Order: sequence, then C-alpha cells, then structure tokens
Amino acid sequence: MTNANQQAVARYKNNFLKEVEERVEEGDMVKMCMQCGVCAGSCPLGSAWEHSPQKIFMMIRAGKRDEVLQSDSMWMCTSCYNCIVRCPRQLPITHIMHGLANYAHRLGIAPKGQPTREFAKTFWNNLIKRGRTNELTLTLAHYFANGIGPGIKTALNMQKIGLGMVMAGRLNPMEIFGGHSVKDLKGFHAVLAKAKEIEDRKKGFAA
Amino acid sequence: MADNKFAAYICSGCGIGDTMDVAGLEKIATREGKMTVVKNHPFLCNAEGVQMIRDDIANEGVTHLCIAACSRRAKAEAFAFPTAAVSRANLREGVLWAVAEGADHDEIRQEMAEDYVRMGCAEVKKMKLPEGNPNKGDAQNKRILVVGGGMSGMTAALAAADAGYEAVLVEKTGALGGFASKLWKRVPFSSPYAEPQATGVEEMVAKVTGNPKIKVHLNTTVTETAGSPGRFKINLAQESGSVSEESVGAIVQASGFTPYDMAKLPELGGGQANVVDQAGLEALAKSANGSAIKRADGKEVKSVVFVQCAGQRDDSGTHLPYCSGHCCATSIKQAMYFKDANPDVDTVVMYTDLRVPGMGEDFYRSAQQKGVIFTKGKASKVSGGDACKVEFKDLILDEETSTDADLVVLATGQVANAGVNLDDWTEVNTKAEGGDEAAKTQRTEMKTISVLNLNYRQGPDMPQFKYGFADSHFICFPYETRRTGIYAAGPTRRPMDMLQATEDATGAALKAIQAVENASQGRAAHPRAWDLSFPSARLEGCTQCKRCTVECPFGAIDEDEKRFPVFNEQRCRRCGTCMGACPVRVISFENYSCDTVGSQIKAVNVPDEDEEKPRILILACENDAYPALDMAGVQRLSYSAYVRAIPVRCLGSVNTIWITDALNAGYDGVMMMGCKKGDDYQCHFVKGSEMAYYRMSKIGDTLKQLGLEPERVQTQEVAITDNARVAKLINDYVEQLNEMGPSPMKGFG
Repeated sequence: MTNANQQAVARYKNNFLKEVEERVEEGDMVKMCMQCGVCAGSCPLGSAWEHSPQKIFMMIRAGKRDEVLQSDSMWMCTSCYNCIVRCPRQLPITHIMHGLANYAHRLGIAPKGQPTREFAKTFWNNLIKRGRTNELTLTLAHYFANGIGPGIKTALNMQKIGLGMVMAGRLNPMEIFGGHSVKDLKGFHAVLAKAKEIEDRKKGFAA
Repeated sequence: MADNKFAAYICSGCGIGDTMDVAGLEKIATREGKMTVVKNHPFLCNAEGVQMIRDDIANEGVTHLCIAACSRRAKAEAFAFPTAAVSRANLREGVLWAVAEGADHDEIRQEMAEDYVRMGCAEVKKMKLPEGNPNKGDAQNKRILVVGGGMSGMTAALAAADAGYEAVLVEKTGALGGFASKLWKRVPFSSPYAEPQATGVEEMVAKVTGNPKIKVHLNTTVTETAGSPGRFKINLAQESGSVSEESVGAIVQASGFTPYDMAKLPELGGGQANVVDQAGLEALAKSANGSAIKRADGKEVKSVVFVQCAGQRDDSGTHLPYCSGHCCATSIKQAMYFKDANPDVDTVVMYTDLRVPGMGEDFYRSAQQKGVIFTKGKASKVSGGDACKVEFKDLILDEETSTDADLVVLATGQVANAGVNLDDWTEVNTKAEGGDEAAKTQRTEMKTISVLNLNYRQGPDMPQFKYGFADSHFICFPYETRRTGIYAAGPTRRPMDMLQATEDATGAALKAIQAVENASQGRAAHPRAWDLSFPSARLEGCTQCKRCTVECPFGAIDEDEKRFPVFNEQRCRRCGTCMGACPVRVISFENYSCDTVGSQIKAVNVPDEDEEKPRILILACENDAYPALDMAGVQRLSYSAYVRAIPVRCLGSVNTIWITDALNAGYDGVMMMGCKKGDDYQCHFVKGSEMAYYRMSKIGDTLKQLGLEPERVQTQEVAITDNARVAKLINDYVEQLNEMGPSPMKGFG
C-alpha cells in the first residue's frame, strides 16, 4: 500500500463517502444521487463497464473503498457527457468519474496497465515537458507502448497517413529531436507546480 | 289529468328541416302522440322560439311539453321551464348527426325521427312535474358534526365555521390535536420545502376552542346517529357517563388512523429494544426537544437506520398490501431531526422505492444535502438490543449485506379507523335477526368500534374498501361516500399525510355544506343535485321482499316494523336502483318511472319481419353512455338507424320489465350501456351498473323460455370518452342480430 493511500485510510477510517466528498473533484455531489439509473442506461460504453456510475455511487455510500478505487470502470469514460445531460439531479457524473480516476491514480492504487490510464500518463508526461504536445513523439510513444514489435507494425500501418501529414505540413519530422516549447517554459512549470500545491492543500495531500 | 295540456315543439333548425320531413313529424305528434298543441320553429332555442313556448305555458295552459330538437344535454338552460314537465326527443345528435348522410338513408332516418317524437310524447304523458321533497321542512338543520378532533377534524370544523356554518366537534380523547399533537415537527407545506416545521397544532386548537361557531365535546363518542341530511339526531356519550343530544344537518367523519402494530413484525425487530416505529421516534424527538436524540436506555444515538415499507406493500398477504404515502417523507423528516442536532450522526434511509408526493422531492434533496444516506435495499431481518443490526439486500449492488445501528426506526403504515366492516356486520346481523344468540352478542361486540353508530338498515358505519378504509367514490368523486350527507376526510379515507389531510378536510366540509343546503331545498345531493323528484312507493302493492332496502347503494331506505320500506328522501340520490330492483314495480319518481320508460318502449313502431328493419333498444346511462352517444353524433361517427336510445338515470334503475316489454313488442335486441363496475367502478351511483349486470345475468333462462337467444340482451361498459367505441358496438351488434335473424316474437306484441 502506498504511503498516500495509508494516510487516507487512516484519516477517513470507514467513511469513504466523506473521503470522496473532500478529496475527489466534485465528490460532494455524490450524495445527491437518487439511484434512478439514467446514467447507467445512457452510457454508450455501459456494457464495457464493470460498475455503472449508479453502482459506483452506491458503492461509495456503502463504503466499498478498494472496490471503487481499484476498479477500471471510471477509466472507461469517454467524456461523451450523455449522463450529465440526462441526470435529473444534475450531477456532474463525467467529472466525478474523472475525479475518482485521478484520485485513485494519485493514491497509487489505480489498476496497473489499464490502457486509458497508460495513455493518459503518456499524454501528460509529453505535455508537461515543453508545455505543448509533441504529436510525433506522443504518437510514437503510444505505438511502442506495447513493445518494439507491435510498435513497428503499427507505425508501418500508419505510414501513409504519417507521410501525408508531413507533405501537407501538419507534421514536422524534426520534432523527433525534442520539438519546440511554449514561450516561457520556466513560467509554465512554475504554474504547474503552484497548481499542484493548491490542489494538494485543497484535497488534503499537503501533509 | 283534466288540467294537463300537452304540447310538442319541433325544431327545424341545425339542418333538421333540410333533411327530415318536419310536417310528417308534426302529424305523428298530433295523431299518434295525441298532443293538443303542435308547433314547429326554425330556431327553437333562440329567444323567439323559447318565448313561443313560454307564451303557450302562460296563456294556453300548457303543462307538459315535448321538445323535439337537440339532445337533452344541449340547450338545457334555454329549455328550462320550471313549471312544466319536459321531455326531449333527440332529433339532432340522435338522428340527424348519427345516421349516415345521403338520400339512401332518408327513409330509415325519417322513421327514426318519427319514433323519437312518438317516444318523447309518450314519455311526457307519463311524467309529473317534480315538486321537491314534501318533507323538506324537517330538514332545515345546517349545523355540521365533525367526528374526530385531529388535524382533519379541526380543519373541517374551522372551514365550516369560516363559511358561516356552526360546527360540533366530537373527540374521543381528552384533548384536541390527534396524531399531529404527538409529532415533534411536521414536513414542510410551503417553499422551500427544506426544513421540518413546527406542527402548529397548539395554535389550531386555540383557534378551534376560541371559535364561537364551534362547539367541542371532549372525551365523547357518538352512540347513535339517526335521520338524514338536514335532520340528523346524534346521541353523544361522555366518558363520565353523561349523555347529550345534538341535531345536525351533515357529518364529516375524520376518525383518522392507527399506525400498523409493529408487534406483528418480529422479523423486523418489532418489540425488541431500540427498535421503534415512526410514532416512537417522534416521542424520543419530543423528549430530546431539539438536542441530541437519546434512546430509551438513555444512550445518545450515533447511528440510525430507517426501514421503509415495514409491514407495507406486502404481497404475501400477511401485512398491509398498500403504500401509506406519507412514510418516506416522514422518515426523511425524522432523519433530519438527527442531522440537525448533530451532523455526524449516521442516518440511513433504507428504501425500495422512495415516494415523496407533493413537493417532497425538494425535501428529499434537502435531506441529501444534509448528508442523510439513502440506500436502496430491502431489509430482511432486524435485530434490536444494544447494538442493532439490519440485514438487507442491496438492490443496486445485488448482494446480501448488513449494517449496524444504535437505533432502528420502522416505517409502518396507516390503518384506517373506519369503524365496523359492513360485510361482516351484515353476515352477523342476518344471523342475529334469525334469533341466533351468539350472533346477537357478537353484533353488540362489533358495534363497540363503530365511529358513527348509524341506526341505518344497512349497518352502523359507512361501507369500507377492501383495505378497510372508509368509503369514497375514489375515481370520479373522491369526497363522495355511500352515506349521503356523511363525508369521510383524512387518513380514514385513504392513506395520506398532514397536508393532504387538511386539504381533504376542507373539501369534506364544503361537501357537507352542499348537503345541508340541498336538503333544506328538498333537492337531491350529488350527482343529481338539481333534482327535485323524489321516490314514492305504492306500499299497498309491496310484497316486503326487501330488495330495495338491501340494494340501495346509499342505505337510504330503512324498514318499518312490518318490513315495509321507509324512504329517507334526503339520503336518496335519485338513481332509481330501488326502482330497478322492485319486482312488483311499486317504486317510482314523478318524472322517471317504469311507465315513463315503458311507454317509450311501447311507442316505437316495430316493423314486421318481412320489412327487414330490425329494431334495437338501447338503454344508455345518462352519465357516461348517453353523452358518448351524443358525441358520436357530434363527430358524425354514424351508427345504425335501427336503434332507439333511451337515457336512464343509472343502469341500476333498469327494471327487467322494460326488457320483457321490448322483446314482447318484437324488438330484435336490447343493448344496455352503463359505467364501469367492479373494484375500480366509475358508476356515479357506485353499485348501479354492478346491480344491472347481476340482474341481467339472471334473465338468460327467461329468454330461453321465450324461445329467444340470450345474446339478444347485451350489457356493455361504456366510458364517457368512448365516442368511437359506442358507434362500433352498435354497428357490430346490429350485424350480429342480422345474422341471428329477426326476433321470433315479432307480430305477437
């Protein structure tokens, strides 16, 4: 168990709902769910989820901390916003799902090797390096995430599109060497650091 | 009859004159209808036309008139002549608009119109002008008795007093307030529907006791109720033993409810320590007085589980099968008691379906904001004691699980205090009247729970529904009961919360006021509140068969020592169910009798067999079926011109003699159209259509004896919206009769 996770468990004991309310993005709206199930019925990827949002909310209230945070359900959300639009109680369900995923990730107990989680990590790391996404390295990192062999195979499959983009000036091969940054990279990193500090304090991670 | 002068007025407006031979109709009215005055007018309902009739009444001495124009449901105000008996021949909706257009149909259309003129003339000849209840002078009392001093009763008494009527409030216990006075707070009645509110009972009690128009009897029960609207005599007994009498004009029964006994729920911990019902929790909250709620053993409650639907919505037949409606909001309110005193108390409301009527959804949201947890689950076992445990099935996560709590609250339902069940009573009473001593003792025992102790022939209280709630015409006229002038209000009538009970009580008070006003004018009560006719019986022909006294849906008819019927006119709704029941046909109304309908049936010209023109009699309930027929005409949904429709007050008033008369006269079939019967009846007179079905189910053998197919008599349920359906029913029936061939009775009549 990670340190952050141990601290959270010690702090909230069995009150997982309170933990979610205090530490998860929009978590204070979870209590307003009335279990109508419209979210579960509206989700286009519903069949791919182990637990629908409706069930996740019920599990939070029932104190099923590990089952919720270690679930890969929240990671399956594609942010289509169908549930938010339809929720009769106006719960920001999509945001809560991402909030839960993010929280589990920060505690270090999110499911390992979950593809959306892995891609999110890749994207984030690529983004913060220079303040903008480097499409070439991001794409290659994604292609080679599962090893050299599959990476080469995917790259060859996509060769035509890649070349087309180069010819059209939409992809610069020189970006392979690091690419360009935002104007004030140092300032950008300072912004991120400050944001993390505020977020940590707000969500109780400061200690 | 010497002073009677008969007149027929035929309108040729609305296209009647263009399509029909009005001169021919006039000839029929004169020659066959034997009308002394026969006139036609191109626009009878306009000022000139109506004035023509008025002049004839004033100058020519016309006392009886047949208006052959539109349906009796149209132009009722224009054709209202209070000093004359009026019949209406329905030429517009019933003929012009109902029969298919075109010259092909001219002959049968004209025949239909001629028959309706014959029928209208025949009917009016048998009618008398209703003069109102001759005993109305006895029924001038306008005070209103309210039985029950709870929220509903107090509201009803105040509503009556505010409207200027004296009220007498009888309360069994030593204080007003009823169940509401046991509450710590109530659910909110107004925006923002977020917080529990003070009950307001004390203020209300002060208003009632301070009101000079309201007389309060505490520690008092009703020992006998006799009489009718406008002249009820009430005997009251005090706990101390003293008795008194009150005279009132109408009664509101607000006898409330009792919470379902949780001792019947041992599996849910009923009777164990720290398991209470909602009333028990109110008591704990009252003694906490806003501070942290403590259990009976003095321990502060840190966690509480509310088990909803405890002993309710039970389909096993053991407990209450129904939902009591208020309990979800009540548990939400009670959970707030805990959260408002200490937000850290764990409060779980365990529900299968959360139902919060009215604006309860806002109240529910407010509880969620306060952190009340709502768990969709069904409790299977509750164990009480120092550490309570609730085992339940989580219905979202689909698993058996459990939760611990310091206190468990069971949301048990409402059981009506509705007095004696009349079905049981009738059974015991019949035995007792037969001389059975045990039944006599049982009958006395039964009466101890009676609320009203009516001395009516049909039993001491108003009828009950299958779940034991006091009577209500719950689909169409919820305030109406089968005891005229007696109105049930509040949770004795159906499960309800306090807000609904106060609204209900206001409505019941207004109904009571209507009842006393109608009684004082000698008129019927709802649904024939304008009706001045009243039933009379030729007792010399009566065989004391008691059918009328048993079958009257309203218990209006008592029996004297010789078992002759005694009509209580103010209790009568003028439905005519007694008239339909009477095997010797001695019961009649001035303007509606076996003769008024019978003569219409006989007036129809039934063609011979070889003419291939069948005749079908339709007896249509005037409340739903006849309007549906009219509407079918209005919408030009043409139906067969071989039918002759006669409106009846209720299918219950249909006497089998009419069927016999029709079949003897050579009609090919008889179709009766009435309202929906059964548990979810829509019959305006509750039991009328059911009685008609029952009676008609018995005539099959008679028909066979006559050599007729039983299908020649049909009974149909028709709703007021069934315009298209009535046309189809008629046309299908005509087709069926055509296949059957003409009635073998033709030519013998």
